[in-house]
Amino acid sequence: MGKLDIILPNNLDKSLFDQWFDERFETRMAEREAAHVPSLAIIATKGTLDWAYPPFILASTASALGWDVSVFFTFYGLELLKKDLHLEVSPLGNPSMPMKMPFGPQWFKDINWKIPNLVMAGMPGFEKMATGLMQQTVKNNGVASIEELRSICIEADVKLVACQMTVELFGHSHDDFIPEIKDWIGAASFLPVAQKSDVCLFI
Amino acid sequence: MNTHATQTLDARGMNCPLPILRTKKALSAMSSGETLAITSTDPGSFKDMQAFCNQTGHKLLSSNQEQGEFVFVVRKS
Repeated sequence: MGKLDIILPNNLDKSLFDQWFDERFETRMAEREAAHVPSLAIIATKGTLDWAYPPFILASTASALGWDVSVFFTFYGLELLKKDLHLEVSPLGNPSMPMKMPFGPQWFKDINWKIPNLVMAGMPGFEKMATGLMQQTVKNNGVASIEELRSICIEADVKLVACQMTVELFGHSHDDFIPEIKDWIGAASFLPVAQKSDVCLFI
Repeated sequence: MNTHATQTLDARGMNCPLPILRTKKALSAMSSGETLAITSTDPGSFKDMQAFCNQTGHKLLSSNQEQGEFVFVVRKS
């Protein structure tokens, strides 16, 4: 005889009980879901201007939706937490990146300049130029700068945490980074956060 | 622009996710039941504003498109 049989009276109608239980269970689950604060955990590993956007866009938007957000910056991703951001973009070896001019008449802007890798690799200052064009394109299209998105994240209490191992690996100093970093941690500290999150992204 | 709204937000020229982030910021400074009229030119904001309201519990009272501009009226929950 199970414990439940002792508690419940002998004349209990099991089917009525099951019906009551199912209804109660549904209500309880709905209450739980309504009270649940969704959470997002992002692992940001890239440090170029183009790759800087996804983690900050997703983190700031999730915080606007009322989610609890943590971002773990590791390897090149640490660049995104520097006090002075010098993020660059390289079209080299990235055939998906359109090379378009952000100025001039529309027909000129629409040209996708196919530049051979050999030229991109050999021309000094090519990345600086590509970065300048990208920054102008971003501005022309009303897309926020990385600095702006980062401040929004900080304002919205997004937890920015950084990988301590990377600091030592690349010889960084804590002073190079923004003081809003919540913690300097390792994989063992972030994985439990990622485990409990509803959404976890590796970027 | 809806002139009956308590407050207005001009998000024209801004791109994803700025219209949503600015909406959230404006709503945070408002009281429950007040309304915010947002003007945006970002075509993505049309669906995103609905999703934002669904998630946050604010009510999207209206959502209109006129001459390449989107006008949303949101009531704070």
